[in-house]
Amino acid sequence: MSDTIKLHYTVSTEDFTRAGEASGDVKRKLKQMGSSPEAVRKVAIAMYEGEINMVIHANGGTIDVEITPEEIIMVLQDSGPGIPDVEKAMQAGYSTAPDQVRALGFGAGMGLPNMKQYSDEMDIETTLGVGTKVTMKVYQT
Amino acid sequence: MTVKEFAEQSGFRVINLAENAGEVLIRQSYCCDLLSIAMTKVPEGAAWVTVMSNINTLAVASLTEAACVIVAENAAAAGDFAAKAKEQGITVLHTELPVFDAALMVYQALHAESGV
Repeated sequence: MSDTIKLHYTVSTEDFTRAGEASGDVKRKLKQMGSSPEAVRKVAIAMYEGEINMVIHANGGTIDVEITPEEIIMVLQDSGPGIPDVEKAMQAGYSTAPDQVRALGFGAGMGLPNMKQYSDEMDIETTLGVGTKVTMKVYQT
Repeated sequence: MTVKEFAEQSGFRVINLAENAGEVLIRQSYCCDLLSIAMTKVPEGAAWVTVMSNINTLAVASLTEAACVIVAENAAAAGDFAAKAKEQGITVLHTELPVFDAALMVYQALHAESGV
């Protein structure tokens, strides 16, 4: 018997209209399970940013979420172009997003910085031409 | 003040009135158009005033638990915005007023109510 809940989501290609569905679903589940409002908000923001990033830069991908009594672990995996310079990508204001994304209200170079700010731990593994894996943890307390 | 009360009092055009609009309270007004900022800053229970009226606006409103969205400057709603707002249960109002004036109306309505 385990207290761990595992969830899997597919973030579809270039589909801005559905970005937010996975984070919305996790948010609802966490609320039902009685996670603190702060943890719920952090997960929702970090994961929504992750979804948007995958749609903008990587033609979608997958998200695996593991919820334990101690923490929420989100693993975002894509087969996109990879991040050439992670340090630069982590700088607030640095963006490679195209104009049509900016017109929607994104692309201000805040994606990865927001994800880092709203997760308690974040790790990026990226290989050019292969893809990127971002692991984020939010503590339950 | 509930979202429904403000919708009636303001005279703003109603794009969608959520089923719970009679219970959800507006606690403050908030203005921002850059969704990357809004998604981390919209306070819970805020009447969020913006000119961004695409489906992502609704996603941000939902994740931040805004009380409602007020689309200002007569900004055109993109795609199936109204249908999505209904589906997600988010109240969306629409006005030709500039962002500041719309937010000021919320502020004044809240302060008139509290008598401050």
